[in-house]
Amino acid sequence: MNTGELSASERATAAAPCITCVWVSLALLAAVVASFVGLGIDYSGLFSADSLRSMGRFVAEFFPPDLSAAFVKKTAWAALQTLAVSALGTLLAVLLGAALALPAAGRFGSAARHATRLLLNLLRGVPELVWAALMVLAAGLGPFAGALALALHTSGVLGRLFSEALENTPRDAERALLDAGSGAAAAFAYGALPMVLPQWMSYTLYRWENNIRAAAVLGVVGAGGLGQLLSFHMGLFHMGKTATILGAMLLLVALVDSLSYVWRRWLTR
Amino acid sequence: MNAAVARAIERDPQALPRATALLVAVVVLWPMLVLAEFKPWALFEAGNLRVMRDFLVGFLPPVTSAEFLGLLLKATLQTLAMATAGIALALLLAVPLAFVMTESLSVSRIGPGRGRVLGRALRAAARWLLLALRAVPELVWALVLVRALGLGPGAGVLAIAITYGGMLGKVYAEILESSDTRPARALLEAGSGRVAALLYGLLPGAAQELASYTVYRWECAVRASVVMGFVGAGGLGQLMDQSMKMLNGGEASTILLMFLLLVLLADFLSASLRRLLA
Repeated sequence: MNTGELSASERATAAAPCITCVWVSLALLAAVVASFVGLGIDYSGLFSADSLRSMGRFVAEFFPPDLSAAFVKKTAWAALQTLAVSALGTLLAVLLGAALALPAAGRFGSAARHATRLLLNLLRGVPELVWAALMVLAAGLGPFAGALALALHTSGVLGRLFSEALENTPRDAERALLDAGSGAAAAFAYGALPMVLPQWMSYTLYRWENNIRAAAVLGVVGAGGLGQLLSFHMGLFHMGKTATILGAMLLLVALVDSLSYVWRRWLTR
Repeated sequence: MNAAVARAIERDPQALPRATALLVAVVVLWPMLVLAEFKPWALFEAGNLRVMRDFLVGFLPPVTSAEFLGLLLKATLQTLAMATAGIALALLLAVPLAFVMTESLSVSRIGPGRGRVLGRALRAAARWLLLALRAVPELVWALVLVRALGLGPGAGVLAIAITYGGMLGKVYAEILESSDTRPARALLEAGSGRVAALLYGLLPGAAQELASYTVYRWECAVRASVVMGFVGAGGLGQLMDQSMKMLNGGEASTILLMFLLLVLLADFLSASLRRLLA
């Protein structure tokens, strides 16, 4: 919109309070209130001395964490496995997401665009845990099933983000290459890819960070790593061991978090 | 042109960096593939293929009996309510912490004034608090909270609020820092308060992104209901759990279609909110 062309009265209307915003805020507020009322949660339990004591006892059981050398070694191994599962899942998702981003950005016509978008939504809409349950059937118990589940869900997310980045990039450079007689693949690789690559990289890192947390949960359905260890020991009420595993998760998330913090600092420098 | 120059031109100047990058990638990738037990051929083993085929064949046709659809509708409403309540509580946690943590809103950072060290310590404390909140999986939070609240949606809602509060707070601060921070800085330098600098300096540029991220997290909270099924929180997760356990593929595929619909709903909400805030 070119504000220079607006007359004084038009500017006055533009500055008027936004009625739609008021309605939308009210609707959101109503949705929140309706949710709380509909669920009928009794939060008095949170503050009664009895249940606080029960919760406190539960948390106290976590201490002291089991720091025996053998178990710490086992936990460290599982943490490495979680790291590997998340990295592999993200890598596969980048490949699949990039492949789907091209049709989803409308490069192969409108029909392909709508079909791929629906596929991406389906990949994203199915929760990771459900994908994991299916992949355990397809690939057997183990970390590979977890990596596949992460890859399927994440490729839905990344494919969409990638295609949006691609659509928002000016196509001048690519068109210039095409006009100069280069092939379509070369024009994409040298004209479009360099422009979207930084954004794709930052989306990928962000998803990887998310996937480390997700990989830790996926273990619950038998997909290896910290999650499997966690659900095993928590199921047997080995609270000291559970605390060690939770500590490892905390360390892992802290590590990736500070890495991405440094990376972002470096990018926005 | 003599032969030496021709050779020099033919040589790829990027050859050494490329070869190094490739080598490093292989060295890093190999142990990772071993650790993750990367065995794609397992997908095509006859036994696995048969199990998967039988299961997927069971997915068709989706169950559309009125009775199941009624159950599904009720579960969907419950899941939506849990996600909405969870995100609302998460916002109570995330907004103040993000406000504390955002570096571009720091007054003490601008000049060599008092409170520089205190400010930095506060920001670091908020960072670590948010980290601890989101590092523990929602399932573990839910299991702790079930002790206090009993089985039911209460523990699930609070667990969502805690983990998602941790994620939202961190991402809000990151969005606010990566948007254009010059207006906020100008306001702060001219002596405005932090709240005014946030509302007039940062929010106009970042509101769209903040809104769409919040909707995305809401969508994730809807999916997290699958995890919440474990603590008897009801909703789509519990329904899914039952259908999968009884290997009722038709019901499972109806539920998955519902998840797809909810994703489309979230996309629509996100797009309209962005338009509204533009």
